Amino acid sequence: MSFNIQKIRNDFPILSRKVNGYPLVYLDNAATSQKPQQVIDSIVDYYSNYNANIHRGVHTLSQEATDAYEAARKKIQTHFNAKETYEIIFTAGTTHGINLVANGFSDILKKGDEIIVSAMEHHSNIVPWQMLCERTGAILKVIPMNEEGVLIIDEYEKLLSEKTKLVFVNHISNALGTINPIEKIIQKAHKVGAAVLIDGAQSCSHIKPDLQKLDADFYVTSAHKMCGPTGVGILYMKEKWGNKLPPYQGGGEMIAEVTFEKTTYAVLPHKFEAGTPNICGGIAFGAAIDYLNKIGFEAIEKHENELLKYATEKLLEIESLKIYGTGPEKTSVVSFNIEGIHPYDIGTIVDKLGIAVRTGHHCAQPIMDFFNIPGTIRASFAFYNTLEEVDALVKAVKKAKMMLS
Amino acid sequence: MTIEAIQEELIDEFSMFEDWMQRYEYMIDLGKSLPLIDENLKTDDKLIKGCQSKVWLNSEIHDGKITFTADSDAIITKGIIAILVRVFSNQKPQAILDANTHFIDEIGLKEHLSPTRANGLVSMIKQMKMYALAYQTQLKN
Repeated sequence: MSFNIQKIRNDFPILSRKVNGYPLVYLDNAATSQKPQQVIDSIVDYYSNYNANIHRGVHTLSQEATDAYEAARKKIQTHFNAKETYEIIFTAGTTHGINLVANGFSDILKKGDEIIVSAMEHHSNIVPWQMLCERTGAILKVIPMNEEGVLIIDEYEKLLSEKTKLVFVNHISNALGTINPIEKIIQKAHKVGAAVLIDGAQSCSHIKPDLQKLDADFYVTSAHKMCGPTGVGILYMKEKWGNKLPPYQGGGEMIAEVTFEKTTYAVLPHKFEAGTPNICGGIAFGAAIDYLNKIGFEAIEKHENELLKYATEKLLEIESLKIYGTGPEKTSVVSFNIEGIHPYDIGTIVDKLGIAVRTGHHCAQPIMDFFNIPGTIRASFAFYNTLEEVDALVKAVKKAKMMLS
Repeated sequence: MTIEAIQEELIDEFSMFEDWMQRYEYMIDLGKSLPLIDENLKTDDKLIKGCQSKVWLNSEIHDGKITFTADSDAIITKGIIAILVRVFSNQKPQAILDANTHFIDEIGLKEHLSPTRANGLVSMIKQMKMYALAYQTQLKN
């Protein structure tokens, strides 16, 4: 399919609205993506035509809902190239998936064991491990990064030892846009027998990962970052880990047999899916994956790279503007500041001009501490953004700068 | 001047502006003119939580009236505090506690009122009222 930007934009009803009297320029895609009509329709269709609880009813509606939900799981498996469908566990989102794995490891870790995370993690990627370390006596180690916002792999290698039980990194940093060399990180961890959990929340809208090729033990992401609804995501775990980890929550769906003396647990993936899931969310996630694949990830990547290159060039023309995250491997995120002006002030003014960017520490305070800044302005682009929208951003930032200096 | 009279004055001033840009330019100017508080008063216990930018608020009481001084690292936030200081400073605790801050809506700052908005206008007013409550309790005892 050829990349027809106008046709794509027409799929997203929200992109034609106005904000503060100006056409909306939505550049906060790293926080959440907008939804195409096809995904919205799948939600309406579900509730209008076959809403029912799944996996338990013999009636037709329940069968239809179960089939659609399981078909979505299959689509997700194919998309991420997991070996088995049951290795895909539906979650409430990335954070839920991380907590599920952290909880599982609380039975595995012993005092003195080590967990490695990177210096460019989101708070949701730091706190669960700190809690896990407090519970188990394990030690948290951090892979440092350099001034470009790139992880120092030599330092990572020094941290690895037979004490390392789990390595956790994001594929792409939400605050900087740096793409981490996860393939290398996974290989090196496996050499010392450590498991690896990859956070794909920021990458899955830009890059189609091949989980078997990557050989990740765990992979988490959220549907809402990739044109799907909020409140649903997936945790991929290799079958061997799925069998090893204890269930996270007790409830319906996750049991095989229950008596008051003993309960036996269901097999994968249901062992980790207690209670009635977000059925509609799962189905709509499948619709989002169909939508993205129809456009094609190669075309998406090409267009986003063009946006990144253009935005970087144009923003750097503004005097005393500094970009954070300048490594060679980057996705379409530009995090920046203008010397002497608080990012919050710029964010406020550009919002008045209809432009949605994120300001603040992006839930990644350690990164801001590293650069010794209170926060940044972050423009994050998606495949439905245009070069004209980059121009609108640059113009708005210039105007803000003029007003604020 | 009573809090109500100051509010009316502000509404009057802001009514001269034709668009948001003039309003914000004025607030930025107010922010620049806000008297800085003593560097040694910019301590963590003076920081207001829930603001995306840092806001320090100090209060003192003289002759039964509260004086506020404040600062922020963001200029628009400073403008907002300058307005609040103008409204609430040199007032009696009870008057601050009773004040209905309707001017915020009327001068076009409503968007800053959302409790989830990270700039924390709500937190600032709440903090000022907390100080007023504390002083009033002191005065009563």
